Amino acid sequence: MRTFEYAPALESRSIVTIGSEYGHFINGSFTKGRNHFPTLDPSTEEILSQIALGSVDEVDAAVDSARVAYESIWSKMSGRDRGKYLYRIARIMQERAREFAVLESLDNGKPIRESRDVDVPLAAAHFFYHAGWADKLDYAGLGDSPHPHGVAGQIIPWNFPLLMLSWKIAPALAAGNTVVLKPAETTSLTALLFAQVCQQAELPAGVVNIVTGNGQTGAALVNHPGIDKIAFTGSTEVGKAIARAIAPTSIKATLELGGKAANIVFDDAPIDECVEGIVNGIFFNQGHVCCAGSRLLLQENIADEVLAKLKVRMAKIRVGNPLDKNTDLGAINSQEQLNKIHELSNAGDAEGAERWSPECELPGRGYWFRPTIFTGVTQAHRIAQEEIFGPVLSVFTFRTPDEAIEKANNTPYGLSAGIWSEKGSKILWASQKLKAGVIWANTFNKFDPASPFGGYKESGWGREGGRHGLMAYLRGSEVGVENE
Amino acid sequence: MKFYGLIDGSEKSLIHFLGTLSGVDQTGADSRAATLATRSIKTTSKRFAIDLVISMVDLTTLEGADTPEKVRALCAKAVRPDPSDLTVPSVGAICVYNDMVSIARAQLDLLGGNHIPVAAVATAFPSGRASMAVKMQDTEDAISAGAGEIDMVIDRGAFLSGRYMEVFEEIRTIREICGERAHLKVILETGELVTYDNVRRASFLAMLAGADFIKTSTGKVAPAATASVVLVMLEAVRDFYQMTERRIGVKPAGGIRTTKDAIKQLVLVKETAGPEWLTPSLFRIGASSLLNDLLMQRMKMRTGYYTSPNYVTID
Repeated sequence: MRTFEYAPALESRSIVTIGSEYGHFINGSFTKGRNHFPTLDPSTEEILSQIALGSVDEVDAAVDSARVAYESIWSKMSGRDRGKYLYRIARIMQERAREFAVLESLDNGKPIRESRDVDVPLAAAHFFYHAGWADKLDYAGLGDSPHPHGVAGQIIPWNFPLLMLSWKIAPALAAGNTVVLKPAETTSLTALLFAQVCQQAELPAGVVNIVTGNGQTGAALVNHPGIDKIAFTGSTEVGKAIARAIAPTSIKATLELGGKAANIVFDDAPIDECVEGIVNGIFFNQGHVCCAGSRLLLQENIADEVLAKLKVRMAKIRVGNPLDKNTDLGAINSQEQLNKIHELSNAGDAEGAERWSPECELPGRGYWFRPTIFTGVTQAHRIAQEEIFGPVLSVFTFRTPDEAIEKANNTPYGLSAGIWSEKGSKILWASQKLKAGVIWANTFNKFDPASPFGGYKESGWGREGGRHGLMAYLRGSEVGVENE
Repeated sequence: MKFYGLIDGSEKSLIHFLGTLSGVDQTGADSRAATLATRSIKTTSKRFAIDLVISMVDLTTLEGADTPEKVRALCAKAVRPDPSDLTVPSVGAICVYNDMVSIARAQLDLLGGNHIPVAAVATAFPSGRASMAVKMQDTEDAISAGAGEIDMVIDRGAFLSGRYMEVFEEIRTIREICGERAHLKVILETGELVTYDNVRRASFLAMLAGADFIKTSTGKVAPAATASVVLVMLEAVRDFYQMTERRIGVKPAGGIRTTKDAIKQLVLVKETAGPEWLTPSLFRIGASSLLNDLLMQRMKMRTGYYTSPNYVTID
């Protein structure tokens, strides 16, 4: 070695034991499962295990089990006792954090640095946070006698498998609901490990049920008559289908859907930290983030400076083996997603935007995409309007603050936005004008269980996290008169 | 070109230039530094890093109790850090008070360490509270005694009260005394400047005034060389290079005691200023106890087990 390079620093995968085949987790135990399909390590295309494809019957059994657990145990249990289970789960997740992190990186392709430092600690934090709410619901201004809905059907995406599971299960259980959760088709393994944690915590059988499968399994869950409440995180397209399906029913729903967030950089921004924020906004988790800062809006008089610094910084992004502790950008989660990223990027080329990526060697096998920016993008481009859900940033310029807001809001989405300025008054002004559920000032992609998260417009219904997120799992909290 | 063509040397142009620098967001800088601190440096990288760090150490003794014998012992250590293993490189420099310079120079030359410069702290170190005449004399004394590097302190009081031109002139004056005879390191004492905006501004001020190196701290004030402060200073030298094509060095000093801490500094350099800065002519670490930890880690990598501290010389 003649220069200072980083030798491989691989996290050992020996801490995880992956079964050759998994069934569903119904009524406290694992079933055999049928019609198995493979789940891959997207960084190598190695088959990790076989996952069961949940059918209508199995969804039925899971919903029944959740109903029985709700009626006989969970709805009768005191908040303090429910909290006890949640605390127990949170502690076990912390104890087994490395196992969860390695498994998440294997199944999802995200860098171990992120699964270890972000996904798993935040997932445990959601259980801790909601454990504290369980015995305080009557006194939290959520109506004079808030009640759980009953059985919640929950469908989660593949970008943050364990974290999205926690966002869904923790508030549901704290509020007294039981759940049937369907993990994403390509990332079921940490949900199945979580099922083991439920057993370890001696959570009463049926309170948490996990049915694996594809979109049809999800549809069976959504359309099941025994469900009282739907929580979905995923694409806007599927979200709309769910909204249509439940329109004639009394089922409550929260939907966390797509986004095309504007990250707005004013000319009085702290430039170096802003460059970090841009990188964190779009390259965190390979850009597989619904609230990713995928549209960068630069004030024209500093655009060249910021872009020059951004390119220097992007050249330092380390792309490669997700289990290497020094990897910054891991693998794209699936062939399907990679195809979509290619398709939209090619559309960017075809429509005349200028593509730039740093030189970096990509592994021979697996699904990979270089960190990429497009400059010269206008509102009329597809890459300005459609969610790419990959490490691809579209760059625009603006001349005045009003123009920035106008461009930022010119989208059917409204999940998140970022503002970069050293001027407090400008931040407050812009955050009032932006139509987005989450607004970060001088930072991006920061999450906390106490902070409600959710979108405007086609980015979704309702909020998750904080007191607002809890409300979605309770009756009587919306109007205060719906008590029974 | 004078002042790199960035300012014309007037107070007005200096203040205007400092005003054009973008602010530093404290939370953002801290979080970037914290992320870089998670880099995992193992096996061949660690071995390479340890030797590189040893060659970057400004082996320092700055005590009221310093004696000629103490300084001579330190010089022996500087030339051959590990007498049992001659593949260990010499350190970057010896850093002492003004009155110890001639002793150190003579001892280094005697032991075959002609290539190792002696750095002297100057300009009423560590507080900088003396008249300009005294500071000039202090510098001249050190250079005449054989110092090849001058570690000067700035007048933090003047900086904090906004008298930037005073600080600028002070550095320029010392720069002129150093001339071609000595390298100039400018100590900002970031623990007293406190905000990262100040650190960035002071870094540019020192570079414009002719610093060869900017240095974090005297070692007498805490906090000293925090990762965030070093990050901000590395960003400053990187940006200054973009403007002028001249590379200014960075020297963190104070609080870096372990191999792990030192390697984290190399990571900061590599990923912020860039690998061009990973040389003793552009990056130094001011330290005393660090060297022994580096030697113990080096032995561990060679033999596979941790030796007793008794196998490492205490000086």
